[in-house]
Amino acid sequence: MATRPVTLTVNGRSVIAEVEDRTLLVHLLREHLGLTGTHIGCETSHCGACTVDLDGRSVKSCTLFAVQAEGAEILTVEGLAAPDGTLHALQEGFSAMHGLQCGFCTPGMLVRAYRLLQENPDPSEEEIRRGISGNLCRCTGYQNIVKAIRWAAATLQGRELAEAAE
Amino acid sequence: MIPAPYDYHRPASVAEAVALLASLGDEVRPIAGGHSLIPMMKLRLTQPSHLVDIGRLEELKGIREETGAVVIGAGVSQHEMIASELLAARLPILRETALLIADPQVRYCGTLGGNVANGDPGNDMPAVMQCLDATYLLAGPDGASREVPARAFYEAAYATALHPGELLTAVRIPVPPAGHGWAYEKLKRKVGDYATAAAAVLLTLEGGKVASASAALTNLADTPIWAEAAGRALVGTAADEAAAKRAAEIARGLVSPGADARGPAEYRTYVAGVVVARAIARARSRAGAA
Repeated sequence: MATRPVTLTVNGRSVIAEVEDRTLLVHLLREHLGLTGTHIGCETSHCGACTVDLDGRSVKSCTLFAVQAEGAEILTVEGLAAPDGTLHALQEGFSAMHGLQCGFCTPGMLVRAYRLLQENPDPSEEEIRRGISGNLCRCTGYQNIVKAIRWAAATLQGRELAEAAE
Repeated sequence: MIPAPYDYHRPASVAEAVALLASLGDEVRPIAGGHSLIPMMKLRLTQPSHLVDIGRLEELKGIREETGAVVIGAGVSQHEMIASELLAARLPILRETALLIADPQVRYCGTLGGNVANGDPGNDMPAVMQCLDATYLLAGPDGASREVPARAFYEAAYATALHPGELLTAVRIPVPPAGHGWAYEKLKRKVGDYATAAAAVLLTLEGGKVASASAALTNLADTPIWAEAAGRALVGTAADEAAAKRAAEIARGLVSPGADARGPAEYRTYVAGVVVARAIARARSRAGAA
């Protein structure tokens, strides 16, 4: 099968991958680059487990051909923490507020919440719920995910969220 | 789920795109956001041999105002429509509608052009465009272009007035008068679902009476439905409950929904009237004096 090179910046690193035209972005990330933090959930554009940040937009990487992303700047869950391993406030928030149980949806939730907070640094609970409406969680009932994002927003704003996890 | 192999093309202009669409045979499709097409390809419900990527064409971007109209490029995403101050001021019904389409991730990718040109009866923008009496601008090979009113564009499910080799490049929408009332009322089971029934309503008031009204319906037949008679029935009334009820009854007579997981045809016909009446009430409450 014919392939072509796709050049991307992934988590700040410039990469070139040889892919088929039909290769989906999520497969490039997981199989060509070994970045398996981005999960494949429903494969039908519903669940959001495969969410990555692409040129400042949250996208479902199972519904994008890798060739469409030529030249793009991509952030995956692996790129959220600082290079020295210091976790992002969102990752701290998910830990502090028990924002996960099985953890399968977590990478997509984190990356989506990252973009949400970039666009709206101090969202209301309602705005968070609408903002993550493209990400499904089958464990938590969302309560603690919403709290985790509120925790991160507060922390990034220099405040403390004086609430406990459910 | 892996789509079947195909050949990818990324033209640098609309002219190049339509030349490719016209020359690559029957099994060629344009792709922009891809959020209707790629899921279909993954399920192998469609297997194009060629995709022409129009997603980056600057000619298809942008929202601009002309005399009495707003022109939206086919490549403008739902997210960009939601964020547009021009649309919020001139055509607020578009923001209300776009926010009811899919979810945030899909709205970053999905485009107005794809939503209206795909011919999927579940898409929300076609009925809104019929309600607003929008015109679709089409480009063909060798510099050809023509315009088709949204009200004359849809022929059957996935069948439209687009000829092979043509590309929808923009949508031109007449700006409704300042103070007009609007609503897009969509009944759906959950985020990301198609409408069980949805209605777009636009009206203007003069001295407490409806001076003009237009209504259109989503996902209640093979095509969107411009409910001309329902809109006409509102004119001269106060758009009160009784008038909304009459318009809803007229709308019910125009629909022919199928039975699906969203409910049997009888139920969907019933709620068609419900969403029409709700949309009228909301449009009425938003309308100011002209």
